[in-house]
Amino acid sequence: MAYSINRKIATTYFISGRKMTTVAIVGVLLGISIFIFMNSLSAGFDRTSSTSFFKTTAHIRIYKDDVLSSPLQEESENPILIVNPKVVPTKNTIDNPEEVLALVKQHSEVVVAFPQVNTPVFYNNGESQIAGTTIGFPPVEGNQMYKIETFMVQGAIQNLEVNRNGIIIGSGIADRMNLNTGDNLSITSSKGVNLNLTVVGIFQTNNSREDKTKSYVNLALAQQLLREGNTYITDINVNVIDPDRAPQIAEELSTVTGYKAEDWIAANASYMAASRMRKIVITFISFTLLIVSCFGIYNILNMTVSQKINDIAILKAIGFNGKDVIRIFVFQALTIGMIGVILGVGFAMILVNLLKHVYIGGDIGYFPIGFEPLVFLKGILIGFFITFLAGYVPARKAAKVDPVSIFRK
Amino acid sequence: MILEVKNINKSFHDPVEFKVLKDISFGVEKGEFLTLVGKSGCGKSTLLYVLSTMDTDYKGELIIHGENVSSYGQDRLAAIRNEKIGFIFQFHYLLADFTCLNNIMIPALKLGKLPKEEIEYKAMEKLRMLDMVDQALKPASKLSGGQQQRIAIARALINDPLIIMGDEPTGNLDSKNTQVVFEILQELAHEKGQTIIAVTHDNDFAKASDRTITMSDGQIVRGE
Repeated sequence: MAYSINRKIATTYFISGRKMTTVAIVGVLLGISIFIFMNSLSAGFDRTSSTSFFKTTAHIRIYKDDVLSSPLQEESENPILIVNPKVVPTKNTIDNPEEVLALVKQHSEVVVAFPQVNTPVFYNNGESQIAGTTIGFPPVEGNQMYKIETFMVQGAIQNLEVNRNGIIIGSGIADRMNLNTGDNLSITSSKGVNLNLTVVGIFQTNNSREDKTKSYVNLALAQQLLREGNTYITDINVNVIDPDRAPQIAEELSTVTGYKAEDWIAANASYMAASRMRKIVITFISFTLLIVSCFGIYNILNMTVSQKINDIAILKAIGFNGKDVIRIFVFQALTIGMIGVILGVGFAMILVNLLKHVYIGGDIGYFPIGFEPLVFLKGILIGFFITFLAGYVPARKAAKVDPVSIFRK
Repeated sequence: MILEVKNINKSFHDPVEFKVLKDISFGVEKGEFLTLVGKSGCGKSTLLYVLSTMDTDYKGELIIHGENVSSYGQDRLAAIRNEKIGFIFQFHYLLADFTCLNNIMIPALKLGKLPKEEIEYKAMEKLRMLDMVDQALKPASKLSGGQQQRIAIARALINDPLIIMGDEPTGNLDSKNTQVVFEILQELAHEKGQTIIAVTHDNDFAKASDRTITMSDGQIVRGE
């Protein structure tokens, strides 16, 4: 009952001061909508860039790292001094790929793991040759990791499984050599192996360098191109449930297998730094806007409190206590906040929707922005929090009004 | 005794130390119409605000309805004001954003002892008593001074308080309205048994009341 009378008073003040409250609401509306919009943008960027990033990169790559030579006998009394330690050129393959793969797959957070062999090749086009790289992997797992099916323009990744002598090439190669699925393509490896393969698919990543050089084949074929047997494995690629946990998992895998396990974050430090910088800038700008709208509410409530100082004195005289006065003004602030947040969310949706349909081109396509429920939730919660704070400070001032000093003026 | 003060002392500290109430002690009976008079600056308004429980910066004892409230915190005092004391002020009448009826109902809604419909009925009764029914739904700010003061009286009465306090309740009114307000207060004291304590500098008003306490320099000089 007492609470509802506070609410009634707050509502009456809200309506009687509608010009000022409208200004405050517009402030919250703009602050919240731009906050949500910019953070959706940031989340969209992150999603697109990591999606395009993981088209070619595994979360974790396990390989044999070169190590510095070390003394053969360690604990002898006269240690053998190696004056000029250097990297001993050993073979760069994983010695026991089956066991390593089995160990990796045992890890609970590993989604997919498979061996991969990359080799430079020439695509023979009559007299001229196009230099490129071919990637040998088991097609099903490879597709699971790189989501190749999402950027296939002809044929399908599954064709590799059926046709062991098949090859999937980038659209740039296909254009230059006028190839379609079903055509034959001759390739030459760095080891001088010449193979005649059937094109079973064409992909297009919209990254022209990839499209003009890259191709996918079965693992055995890549090993054949290098004149190696089926135990020749240079890399094991691993995808995990949460890419952000890759560094920890990489460390665990490294300990378990004894090989170097490098996570994608460590492998792409400069990319990560740029993305972090972008995030910081966006966060900074959006929070500044929120704080500005917060000051809007604060100012207007402060003004209301000054205008209603007589009313506050009368309310206190007739039995309202400090907490009631705080509730009246905080309720008013929260009403402003709620209307502002609702309108702000609506406005943010309009902005996101408009930008979503703007075509950018390149490997981005449409503007990378979408409805991010988490960002919206964050915006709503922060909106309520700042309106509460912006209302609470003047409300506390109102609660401290001494009625006697007002009546005696 | 409905209200009693014992050895009330109070000082102002700003700008210089100044003793405004000196050893004030007296009691007020139920149904008594008491006026406080004295030259301006004699401390009568200050005393009234101490009695009202709004001013807590004093030494001594204040006993309302048998309860020593001197040591109570602000929240408890607010609850006592809500239930047991009604106020009529000289200038600060009403909440301008509300209708007259709402102004009258607010203290009762705050008290929360009756359902809203009953409070509304009671408020209309008070308006009828004060001959103000036709103004009920007007915004408080649209009324004349005398009308506003009558609404303020209705508001002071809504919770049937034991004590009604007025700081120059007629100070801002013409003689006709003064007469009306006086008669209402007298009727409340004598017929309804409500205690009235009013500060005034209107001698006719004071003379017509049951008892007048005259103050000078922070002390009671007559009417103890």
